[in-house]
Amino acid sequence: MNSRLPIIKVSNLVKKFGNFVANDNLNFEVYEGEIFGFLGANGAGKTTAIRILCGLSFPTSGQIEIAGYNVYTQRELIKKNIGYMSQKFSLYEDLNIRENIRFYAGIYGLPMPVIKRKTEELIDELGLTSIANSLVRDIPLGWRQKVAFSVAIFHDPKIVFLDEPTGGVDPIARRQFWEYIYRASARGITVFVTTHYMDEAEYCERVSIMADGRIESLDTPENLKNNYKAQSMEEVFLKIARK
Amino acid sequence: MVSIDLQGVSKYYGEVTAVRDASLIIPGECLFGLIGPDGAGKTTLFRMITTLLIPDKGDISVNGYDTVKDFKKIRLFTGYMPGRFSLYHDLTVEENLEFYATIFGTTIKEHYRLIEPVYALLEPFKKRLAGNLSGGMKQKLALSCALIHNPKLLVLDEPTTGVDAVSRTEFWDTLKLLKENGMSILVSTPYMDEAARCDRIAMMQEGVIMAENEPRNILESFNRPLFEIRSADRFRLLQALRLMPQVKNAYLFGQSVHITAHSAENDTEWFARSLNDQGVTDAMIKPVTADFEDCFIEAVENYQMNRSRT
Repeated sequence: MNSRLPIIKVSNLVKKFGNFVANDNLNFEVYEGEIFGFLGANGAGKTTAIRILCGLSFPTSGQIEIAGYNVYTQRELIKKNIGYMSQKFSLYEDLNIRENIRFYAGIYGLPMPVIKRKTEELIDELGLTSIANSLVRDIPLGWRQKVAFSVAIFHDPKIVFLDEPTGGVDPIARRQFWEYIYRASARGITVFVTTHYMDEAEYCERVSIMADGRIESLDTPENLKNNYKAQSMEEVFLKIARK
Repeated sequence: MVSIDLQGVSKYYGEVTAVRDASLIIPGECLFGLIGPDGAGKTTLFRMITTLLIPDKGDISVNGYDTVKDFKKIRLFTGYMPGRFSLYHDLTVEENLEFYATIFGTTIKEHYRLIEPVYALLEPFKKRLAGNLSGGMKQKLALSCALIHNPKLLVLDEPTTGVDAVSRTEFWDTLKLLKENGMSILVSTPYMDEAARCDRIAMMQEGVIMAENEPRNILESFNRPLFEIRSADRFRLLQALRLMPQVKNAYLFGQSVHITAHSAENDTEWFARSLNDQGVTDAMIKPVTADFEDCFIEAVENYQMNRSRT
């Protein structure tokens, strides 16, 4: 794995809100094509860090490079080269599936003929031809999240950030979603994902666990379990977050 | 002790059937879990039980009271915590609590003992506006407000969704305590692993209650051989298994893949050999017992099969 190139480089990342230190000196790298799990309790500082990595918020200090671009000076380039989806916001409910795909593709500046062709390809690939004109609010959450994920990587980003993508999704759809993640990773897209489902932590190549603004641990699920003498990632998580 | 009796209950929203012909008896003195993903119909079912929605078909009685005719009586002894935070953002923590106490004709002091384990952590922030609380604190305030009139029945709609693993464990410890004090509790969750913390559970999907029993019995009712397979490349393993017609179902399961087979002839040795032929040389296979996710997946598959037959 170490022969792989880092695509996210974070050194000494600090983010303060007044006196409150949300991110306390984070250091880590994520490799090209890796599936990286970014875990932590509510309030540990995950969302703050993700916003910085996506170029939405400035760090207080530290050196951060995303896909080769600097988070202080090249934020627009970062945004062009990443995809993002979250459980809370992903698609416009009052647009249909086809409209959502075309809207996002347009935002990322793809040329019209490409948008048209790729939209139909995607609808076909997802098996959604019969409901492509249904409003997003009328389709089940599991399907919605699959469309949202496909839209987030529609412009072939180098990295995709997934913030709790499977919250509330049923166990079958949750697994299908992870197969999409594996497929994207096989295409070379780096996947940076947060989740509260600890079985999903096992699907990641490496996992970091945050508590109180710091990264307490970062390793493969296998090594974490060995180091913490735990049977499952759930146990590892409880041991770290309760410390 | 509050028992609930649902007879053939359905609810429609236009063309969508949110709850389909649900019949269920929920005994009192019980921590009852309704397990199912978003959109399964859990919230609609809870809103009918708490008298906030009227069923289109069927009857519900709560402690013998009809949810349509006697809704006022039911409301007096029911505490409801909706899935969406619905307290007043522009009132402080203390004002919200006081408001709920007053509505039910009581005071914070009268039942303080009951909410203390939850509210104690909030008390230092009692002058803060509810809208400015963190997610975890909002959840604690909502629970305090649902408990302030000492309800006999507590209904909680997805109290742990989006909540981290540590806080979820603590929340379930609180529920256990309340139940031991004689409260009947009805709770819904999309997390299958939380089923183990309930006395009885119902599994729900697409408006249908697929199974209802004690958690132990749900696990024991999984009646086909289940195998766990490990390999360094899980995705490749999964693809290889999907190509085998003998495999009924194969899905990711934590660090392994779980499979069920059509026939008992397909045992661990058979799978080891077949996978080896497919080029998966590092597969480690062993039989395992089902957990709640396996049971839920099986229940959904069976339900869909039956539906496509009819």
